[in-house]
Amino acid sequence: MALVLNEEQSMLRDSARGLISDKAPVSHLRQLRDAKDATGFSRELWKAFAEMGFSGLLVPENFGGSGLGCVEAGIVMEEIGRTLMPSPFLSTAVLAASALSRGGSGAQKSQYLPKISDGSLLAALAIDEGAKHRPLQTRLQAVRSGNGFRLSGDKAFVVDGHVADLLIVAARSAGKAGEREGLTLFLVDPKTKGIATERTAMVDSHNAARIVFDNVEVNADGVLGEVDQGYGLLDGVLNIGRGAVASEMVGLSEEVFGRTVTYLKERKQFGKLIGEFQALQHRAAQLYIEIEITRAAVLKALQTLDGDFANAAAAVAVAKARAGATATQAVQEGVQMHGGMGMTDQFDIGFFMKRARVCQELFGDANFHADQLARMKSY
Amino acid sequence: MSDLEKFRLETRAWLEANCPPEMRRPMTSEADTFWGGRNAKFSSEPQRVWFERMRDKGWTVPHWPKEYGGGGLDAEQAKIVRQEMAAIGARQPLVSFGISMLGPALLKYGTDAQKKEHLPKITAGLIRWCQGYSEPNAGSDLASLQTRAESDGDDYVINGQKIWTSYANYADWIFCLVRTDPTAKKHDGISFILFDMTSKGVSTKPILLISGYSPFCETFFDNVRVPKSHVVGTVNRGWDVAKYLLQHERAMISGMGERGVGRPLGQVAADSIGSDEQGRLEDAMLRGQIATFEIDEAALAAAAERAVDLAKAGQAHPAFSSAMKYYGTELNKRRHEILMSAGGVDALEWESERSKGGARPRAWLRTKANSIEGGTSEVMLGIVAKRILDLPGA
Repeated sequence: MALVLNEEQSMLRDSARGLISDKAPVSHLRQLRDAKDATGFSRELWKAFAEMGFSGLLVPENFGGSGLGCVEAGIVMEEIGRTLMPSPFLSTAVLAASALSRGGSGAQKSQYLPKISDGSLLAALAIDEGAKHRPLQTRLQAVRSGNGFRLSGDKAFVVDGHVADLLIVAARSAGKAGEREGLTLFLVDPKTKGIATERTAMVDSHNAARIVFDNVEVNADGVLGEVDQGYGLLDGVLNIGRGAVASEMVGLSEEVFGRTVTYLKERKQFGKLIGEFQALQHRAAQLYIEIEITRAAVLKALQTLDGDFANAAAAVAVAKARAGATATQAVQEGVQMHGGMGMTDQFDIGFFMKRARVCQELFGDANFHADQLARMKSY
Repeated sequence: MSDLEKFRLETRAWLEANCPPEMRRPMTSEADTFWGGRNAKFSSEPQRVWFERMRDKGWTVPHWPKEYGGGGLDAEQAKIVRQEMAAIGARQPLVSFGISMLGPALLKYGTDAQKKEHLPKITAGLIRWCQGYSEPNAGSDLASLQTRAESDGDDYVINGQKIWTSYANYADWIFCLVRTDPTAKKHDGISFILFDMTSKGVSTKPILLISGYSPFCETFFDNVRVPKSHVVGTVNRGWDVAKYLLQHERAMISGMGERGVGRPLGQVAADSIGSDEQGRLEDAMLRGQIATFEIDEAALAAAAERAVDLAKAGQAHPAFSSAMKYYGTELNKRRHEILMSAGGVDALEWESERSKGGARPRAWLRTKANSIEGGTSEVMLGIVAKRILDLPGA
C-alpha cells in the first residue's frame, strides 16, 4: 500500500476539515472553557458528526456504520487536532466502537453499535488508575458474585467519563498487578449503584473523569470478550487509540507549526523579519523535518493496523512515541518563537501546548512506548 | 491475483534462486562493496556470480530503460524489487556514483549520443565514475568554484583543482563542474562536463582521514583537453544539472548505513554489556537511548518509503531530499555513537585482529563526514527554510 492518502481518503479529509474548521475553530473550545460548560463539548456538533457518518466510521456496515478503517479514523483525528475540537469521537467512535466490534457478542454489538453509529450513545473506556498509563498494573477488582461480578476500585483519566452512557472497564478478575492473565473487560451502566463519578477539569479544557467503583454489581452478560483473557482485546483497542491520538498530535503539530512559520514571516525585530535570522530558520527547518517524518510513521502505523493488525504493535509504538516527542517540540517552539505573545491566554497557541501535554500522557508517553519497543525486541 | 502481486512472487522466487547465501549477510567492510570499473576486482566468487546475474537481468538499476541495460521496471515494480531484496538482506550487486548520481542527470539532460555512450557502461559496471564538484575555496558555497574551462576550437582546456573527489584514485571518468564564463554571475557561468581520468594533465592524490581511510582525493587539472561534445545540458547552465544531481546524491547519502539490516542495536549492545534478570539491558540510560534511536530509525524508514510514494503520486517537493539528507546523516551519526558506547573498551581497538582492524571505530569516524559531504547539515536546513518553508532570505 502506498504511504499516501488515496482519493476517497483525501475527500474524507476535506469534508472533515470543512466541517471542523467551520463549526469548531479554537474559539469554540475557548467558549466552552470560559462558560465552564457542563458537557464540555457541543452535542449539536456531535449530531452533525453522526450525520456525516463520522461517529460510525469504525462500526461495521451491518450495524449501521460505514466499516472504514484506522486510516480514516486517523484522518478525522488529525483534523480534530488542528482546531482542538472537543468531541467524543475518540472515546466513543474510536475506542468503544473498536472494543465492541472486536470483542462484543452478537447481542452486545446489536445493542450498542447502531447507537454509537447514529450518535445517540456515548461511551468511555476506563483503564488508568495511577499517575502513568500502565494497563498491566490494573488493580480494580472484579470478584465473582452470583451470576456475575462485583467491581471495586478507582479509575482516573477516563476520557468523557462524566457524560458516558456506557463504561468499558478494565478489571482484574484473577492474578496480580503486572500479569497479562486475569484481566477482564466489563460493560457497565454508569448509573449502576456504587458508582461515583467526578468530572476532572483538565489543563487542556477537555473532558476526563475520576470514577470510584464500590461493590458495583455486573451481570455475566456484561463481560466483554473472555473472562481473564481481556488483555489481548484491550491491548488491540489501545493500539487503535494510540494510533488515533498520534494522528491528533500530527494535526496539532502541523497547525502550531503553520502558525509559527506565518509569524516568522510577519514579525519584525532589530529592523528585520525574525524569519531572516538563521538561528530561527534552522530550528524551523528541523521542526518541519520532524513533523514530516512523524507523519509518515503515523500513517504507516494506521495502515498496519488496517492491514496486519496482529503485528501492528511495533509500528504503533513508533508512531505514538514520535508523535508525542514531535508535538512537544512543536508547541515549545511555537510558544518560544511567538515570544511574550505566546504566553498570553488571549492568544491561541497556549491551547495547543496544553492539549499536546494531555495527548502525550494519553495511552502512554514517548518513554512508555520506547520501553515497549525495547521489550518487543528483547533488550 | 493482481499483476503486482504476481510480480512480487516472481521476484521473490528469482532472488531466492539467484542470490548466493554469502550475499545475504551484512557487509563486514568496504572491501565487500563491488564498485565496477576498468580495474574492478571481485572480492569473492559469490560476489561475481551475484553481480553478473543481476546485470544480465538488468537489475543493477531496475528502473532504468532496458535499452541502457536497466530492468525497464516502473516505480511500483522497482519498489517491490527493493523490498524483496531487503527482506532477504541481499546486498547491492553494484554500488556506483554512475547509478546514484550521474545516471539520473544524464537521463534528464544528456543528448541521445551521451546516453547511448555512457548509460550501458554504468549498468554493466564497466566504468567507475567520480564527482568533481568541491574546490578548496568552494565547499558549501559551491557556486564560487574557480576551475576554468577555456574554449579552444572543438575542445575546452581545463585548469584548476578539485577536492573531496570520492575515490578519484580508482575512478575511470569524472563528471565535473567548470567555469566556462568567468564574467557571468556566479551561478550563470558554470558548465557540467564529462571526461576520462586518463586524459593528459589529470593527477590525483588521496587525502588521509581521521578514520585512517582515504575515500577522498584532491584532483588537479593541468591543461586537460576535453571535447566540447562532452558538456551535458546547455553551456553555462551547468548549475541546473548540478542541482538535479545533488538531489539524487542527497537521497543516496540519507540512505547510507544500511538501516534495518542486521541485528537490532539493542541486541548488539546486550551481547557486550549483558542483561538483567528481566532481560533488560544492564545500562538503563543506554537502553533508553537505543529504543529512542530505533523509533526514529523506523520513522525515517517510513518517511523514505513515503517520499517515493509521494514522488510517484506527483506530490513530492523537489527540495525534500535535503530534509531526508539532514535527518538520515544525523541519525547515522547517532547510530555509531551508540555502537561505540555499546562496545565500550572493545570498540576502541584500532589495529588488533579481533577488531578486524578497528572496523567499528573507523566506521564511527567515517560517519562524521556524512553531515558534511553532499552539502552540510546547515546547508540542508537553509534549503528547507528557504525553498520549502519560504522563509525570507537573509
